[in-house]
Amino acid sequence: MSQDKTLLDVRGLRTAFHTEAGAWPAVDGVDFTVRRGEIVGLVGESGSGKSVTGFSLIGLIDPPGEVVAGEVIFDGVDLCKQTEEQLRKLRGDRIAMIFQDPLMTLNPVLKVGEQMREAIFTHYPKTTRKQADARCVEALEMVGIPSAATRLDNYPHEFSGGMRQRVAIAIAMLNQPELIIADEPTTALDVTIQGQILYQMQKLCRAHDTALIWITHDLGVVAELADRVAVMYAGRIVETGTVDEVLSAPRHPYTRGLLDSMPSTAEPGQRLHQIDGMAPTLAGREIGCAFRPRCPNAIARCAEVPPENTVEGERSYRCYVPLVQELV
Amino acid sequence: MSDTAVIELRDLRKRFEPRPDLAQRILTMAGKTMPKRTVHAVNGVDLTLARGEVVGLVGESGCGKSTLGRMVAGLIRPTEGTVTYKGRDAATLTGRDKLDYTLGVQMIFQDPQASLNPRQRLHKILGESLRVHKLAAAKDVPARVDQALSEVGLSAEYRDRFPHQISGGQRQRIGIARALMVQPSFLVCDEPVAALDVSIQAQVINLFMDLRDRHGFTYLFISHDLGVVRHISDRVAIMYLGRIVEIAPAREIFARANHPYTQALLTEMPNVAQRGRNFTPIKGEIPSPLNPPSGCTFHPRCPHAMPRCKVEAPKLEDIAPGHRSACFLNDTSAA
Amino acid sequence: MADPNQTKRVPTRGPMLETPRRNAILKKLNARPTVRGSAIALAVLMLFVLIAPYFAPQNPYDLMALNIMDGRLAPGAESMEGGRYWLGTDSQGRDMLSAILYGLRISLLVGLSAVVLSTLIGSFLGLLAAFKGGWIDTAIMRLVDFILGFPTILVALVLLAVMGRGVDKVVIALVVVQWAHYARIMRGRALQERRKEYIEAAQNLGFPAWRIMLFHLMPNCLSPVMVFATIQIATAIVLEATLSFLGVGVPVTEPSLGLLIASGFEYLLSGDYWISMFPGIALLLLILSINIIGDRMRASLDPR
Repeated sequence: MSQDKTLLDVRGLRTAFHTEAGAWPAVDGVDFTVRRGEIVGLVGESGSGKSVTGFSLIGLIDPPGEVVAGEVIFDGVDLCKQTEEQLRKLRGDRIAMIFQDPLMTLNPVLKVGEQMREAIFTHYPKTTRKQADARCVEALEMVGIPSAATRLDNYPHEFSGGMRQRVAIAIAMLNQPELIIADEPTTALDVTIQGQILYQMQKLCRAHDTALIWITHDLGVVAELADRVAVMYAGRIVETGTVDEVLSAPRHPYTRGLLDSMPSTAEPGQRLHQIDGMAPTLAGREIGCAFRPRCPNAIARCAEVPPENTVEGERSYRCYVPLVQELV
Repeated sequence: MSDTAVIELRDLRKRFEPRPDLAQRILTMAGKTMPKRTVHAVNGVDLTLARGEVVGLVGESGCGKSTLGRMVAGLIRPTEGTVTYKGRDAATLTGRDKLDYTLGVQMIFQDPQASLNPRQRLHKILGESLRVHKLAAAKDVPARVDQALSEVGLSAEYRDRFPHQISGGQRQRIGIARALMVQPSFLVCDEPVAALDVSIQAQVINLFMDLRDRHGFTYLFISHDLGVVRHISDRVAIMYLGRIVEIAPAREIFARANHPYTQALLTEMPNVAQRGRNFTPIKGEIPSPLNPPSGCTFHPRCPHAMPRCKVEAPKLEDIAPGHRSACFLNDTSAA
Repeated sequence: MADPNQTKRVPTRGPMLETPRRNAILKKLNARPTVRGSAIALAVLMLFVLIAPYFAPQNPYDLMALNIMDGRLAPGAESMEGGRYWLGTDSQGRDMLSAILYGLRISLLVGLSAVVLSTLIGSFLGLLAAFKGGWIDTAIMRLVDFILGFPTILVALVLLAVMGRGVDKVVIALVVVQWAHYARIMRGRALQERRKEYIEAAQNLGFPAWRIMLFHLMPNCLSPVMVFATIQIATAIVLEATLSFLGVGVPVTEPSLGLLIASGFEYLLSGDYWISMFPGIALLLLILSINIIGDRMRASLDPR
């Protein structure tokens, strides 16, 4: 249910980590957009820089990391130029974040109700206690937690892992944000619980027209949940497009390789297609295209200059020798 | 069946009962009854694994699959029931036979980082078993180590490295190489690719398949990932809260899943081919093995639960050749 | 902000960025020395202390070298033979500088031996308790609780009252009191490590229990114990100084810093401050350096 209005426009984002040897870009020039109410999957393996991208959007990068370039334009305002004070006003109100470990969101020594009320009072101090409690109960019920009113008095450890994550989602949704950034929220959860969480997220985003950036390594989840997908490799986005375009007819060899390596796409008992080699470390990236050492189609040019972003209608990719399979 | 069976599990059970500490013991003596906090990890499992087959064991957290795997490998002693290795009860083995069993059934662990001694160089990790059990002459050990490294796809230059100097996928290969050093016949793989990236997973899965073709290993492949399990297994067993609820050849499980839990797992399995799914997940939390529900342990979450399910626990029954399921829905006759 | 399109080419692969803030952050990172640096600093300090007495102008224990006429001379005073007592003399005519150098050695030796022995005994028992569990664990840990329940000085005093004075007896008293800490630390860490899969793997490979305990478990549990031991050197030295000050530690013939401080105590009020103060300052400096180095080491060993 997306309108055409762009909510988030990321241009040229670069986040570097300073070490004794030098400053290495974990995020190396990332561009993507998110429309209102749209669900965008940000997909990559470990070391691709997807989580760092998510943190960089709202200024959660601490030294030795640093956002060194780029613009993050949220509803017309460049977040990279905002002060910490201004960013704090946005976080939890218009932009919310959900982490992989719910105990990063939840304070283990505070009751859940207290934390939820704090989230409300911080941004809307005029709310009465009664109103706040009502909103909290409503939020918990929305994420499917039974006996919500009594559970407000529970501590986080009294919830199971899946329920904790649901509480984290409830807190994120409390002030009806326009954008939620979710960093691998279901990676550590069982598959049936993941299904419940995905159901809640989908329902809430549709109901409130909330945009969602879902950071994950799981292409299957992205396929089922997202509208558009961006694939990251070694700090750069190598391909974007609608889920259908990218997953059925990918342009970039890495995306193709990923899809082919998945057992669910292969014939049982046959050798899986594998991408040889490993993803480069932060300091070991190629000067040209980072994927070149593992790419079956590499040409000479790939080793010299990183490919520019080629735009093809709604989709884009960075490759000198893109795959040209068409959508059926 | 017994001639080709490598491992047989009969009514295997494992309960973890934390021993009462001093304070609790005093209170018990004073007459106050303390609640018993027993974890019913494995609650009656029968399984036979024939030589050369790959049996996938699927389940979510708390279902007891890791505990079961460790009992098969002999790392945990069962509370009740028997593990039979090559026709003999493993608990009764001693001496040479016991060593044969210990080395013959090797485990590949889930966390590649925690499964390697951080203070040992790779050649030490691999060569130690040869030295301790005198499986090779001292001068032959380095050659054997290099051979093992190349068999899992690592060059000999890695022999002097420490575990923290290699990647997760490479660590997992070392774990496999270490198991291969003692020439096992049976490998228990406890979520061996769960901690790895998708592209590395493919490499390690291929390695498992190559090793099977080359050495004729029997695998018990434990995983929560149905996609991986389907790819590599001959038969698949689904575990829920300490019991096997369904077991069938791999193709059968996916084409004709019978048990409601299996059906739920299959529906929830993220599928790349699917677009814009309307999620309708099963309700309820995964119950804790501390407090399993009565009767059929799945009944609180089952969309087809009947009154009978709350009272009685269904047994595994044959519903098709080689396909067994534990569900009263299959009971067409009134019982 | 630096031009993002300018990526610096470096000999090793990979693009690197030049940013103005980089140097400030690098300086902060380099302020933390490595473990090796700290260990070397500690070794140098100890070496210095151990060989320093060879450079002392006088052997303060050689009664023939002492001249009672030189007693209670202020710092800087000249001796009968023409040399200078840089830090003054005590009531017996001992050169304070020499006495301090010898005393430092005694203090350090006692501290080191006590710590080394406590570490060995405590670590082994802690490891055994964690690995074996059951009644062995209970027995050892209750003993640890018992010992740690008493004030350290009290236990040491009682033991020394029974055993009498002497450097070796002081070390024994310190060990009896200190091993319990190490046992507890080692056991805590060993319980954690024991659950790790590499221990299970070792069991799966049929290794005997003693081998797993000594070659697999122990090496991975050493770091918290090592860090603690470094700090405890200073504590042991202070403990010994206290005991000697109270008169139950080392004998008069081999004075440590504590004893020197004690012997000068009665002269403080009459203005001969140097007999107590300089050994006191020496003790302070010794402990301070050990603590600082130990602290650095601890910070470096804990990179998470």
